[in-house]
Amino acid sequence: MNPLALVGHVVLRFLGHVGRLTIFAGTALSHCLRPPIYGRLIGHQMIEIGFYSLPVVGLTAIFSGMVLALQSYTGFARFSAETAIPNVVVISLTRELGPVLAGLMVAGRIGASMAAEIGTMRVTEQIDALSTLSTNPFKYLVVPRLLAGLLMLPLLVLVADAIGVAGGYVVSVYKLGFNPSVYINSTYEAVKMLDVVSGVVKAAAFGFIIALMGCYNGYYSKGGAQGVGAATTNAVVSASIVILITNYVITEMFFGT
Amino acid sequence: MTVTPKISLRGVSKAFGPKEVLRGVDLDIARGESVVVIGGSGTGKSVLIKSILGIIEADADAGTIAIDGVDVTQMRGSERDAVNKQFGMLFQGAALFDSLTVWENVGFGLLARDRSLSRRAAREQAIETLGKVGLAADVADLVPSELSGGMQKRVGLARAIAGQPQIVFFDEPTTGLDPIMADVINDLIVATVKHQGLTALSITHDMASARKIGDRIAMLYEGKLIWVGPAQDVDNSGNAFVDQFVNGRAEGPIKMQVRR
Ligand SMILES: Nc1ncnc2c1ncn2[C@@H]1O[C@H](COP(=O)(O)OP(=O)(O)OP(=O)(O)O)[C@@H](O)[C@H]1O
Ligand SMILES: [Mg+2]
Repeated sequence: MNPLALVGHVVLRFLGHVGRLTIFAGTALSHCLRPPIYGRLIGHQMIEIGFYSLPVVGLTAIFSGMVLALQSYTGFARFSAETAIPNVVVISLTRELGPVLAGLMVAGRIGASMAAEIGTMRVTEQIDALSTLSTNPFKYLVVPRLLAGLLMLPLLVLVADAIGVAGGYVVSVYKLGFNPSVYINSTYEAVKMLDVVSGVVKAAAFGFIIALMGCYNGYYSKGGAQGVGAATTNAVVSASIVILITNYVITEMFFGT
Repeated sequence: MTVTPKISLRGVSKAFGPKEVLRGVDLDIARGESVVVIGGSGTGKSVLIKSILGIIEADADAGTIAIDGVDVTQMRGSERDAVNKQFGMLFQGAALFDSLTVWENVGFGLLARDRSLSRRAAREQAIETLGKVGLAADVADLVPSELSGGMQKRVGLARAIAGQPQIVFFDEPTTGLDPIMADVINDLIVATVKHQGLTALSITHDMASARKIGDRIAMLYEGKLIWVGPAQDVDNSGNAFVDQFVNGRAEGPIKMQVRR
């Protein structure tokens, strides 16, 4: 194939996806505002996303906090700057690592399962069946997942921040010999409202992206088990990439000069 | 004076890319009439029903689909929902919601259409409908994956008729059932359709079923209805294609795409 034609083909396909995704998101958002709203389903998704992701996100956060303290120590000890460790730990966690790691972990856990579930419903005609039973598939399937993602990721990230700081504390106090009350005080002094808020805003955006990618890829999957498998992979990969891009954009908005 | 047909198809066409599946289907179905569509595998019977339901968008420039004399071909959103309220559909693969129990499947349309209905009342109605398709109340709390294929089909049938629709679509209602249960289902379809005055469009490969549930039979071949006539005439249609299909002969004008 002519290489230029190939580039053109890829670009057109990409733009086609972006267009369809935008329409999909717009349709879903417009359905968020119009009744009926399925409270039971929203609650179910909130438990699925918020509660059942706690172990994964908690484990990620605690080890990240621990390794952060350890690595900063090995670096900072050379300049006798060990006292900066509590600052580094809490600021890195609240601004970046908390939301990004939680986002990526939840993308793997929840984005994949959403795409697989909705994709299976698509290829077994369950989505068609919904519309013959006076139920809008967007309201029934997509809206609860988007809302749950949007609401639960910020909560997860707040929990992750706390657990991560605790991980840093454990390593600093029990391994590196910090004074416990000094560590806690420096942490409180270091962290600003803006750090936490920016992390929460990121988390809400990531939660929306994860659910959107999961639902979109599932909704348009076709071709049986293989198609559902591809939808699942695409959901996770695209959500992860968009999360990293969005992370930069939001950081730029909050802290860019 | 002419009576408006319940369903009126004019030149309905559908192509998937270069592949023309329907090429101008014309059919009128009167209120209270039961029409059965027969035809070989892959001729577009399911596509025809899904076009009427609006699940598949029929090619807009070619032809119209009218329900009660109103063209629904271009309808979207809440208008379309209002039309769909009077439909009941049994999918070829049953298409049961696998995350819900059997009774929640059957009661799904009831709860969706009447938000004031209690779950308890919906459950009772669902169990009553399950009884009509020969399923005992103890399956109500199972999930679809715990049922056999034929049982899933019957749950799908119960779901299609539970909401007391005016028009029902049955895509191969007796496929996968044993002969006795198939006849029970035929009787049920006759009872619900003829006695409640429903309009029905069914698809089947089972000629015994077609004769029993159909007032008229239509044969789909190469994207068109090549023969439409009263069910009792299907054996002497005078159409070589219909004869070959009804008698299930490999030799005849219909050539199966098999390599030898
Ligand atoms: N969504 C789709 N995309 C592309 N092609 C499709 C789609 N749906 C159906 N087709 C094609 O349309 C043709 C008719 O399909 P359809 O399911 O209506 O057959 P059928 O008459 O119901 O056959 P069977 O008796 O085996 O159920 C098939 O060749 C199929 O490949
Ligand atoms: Mg079919």
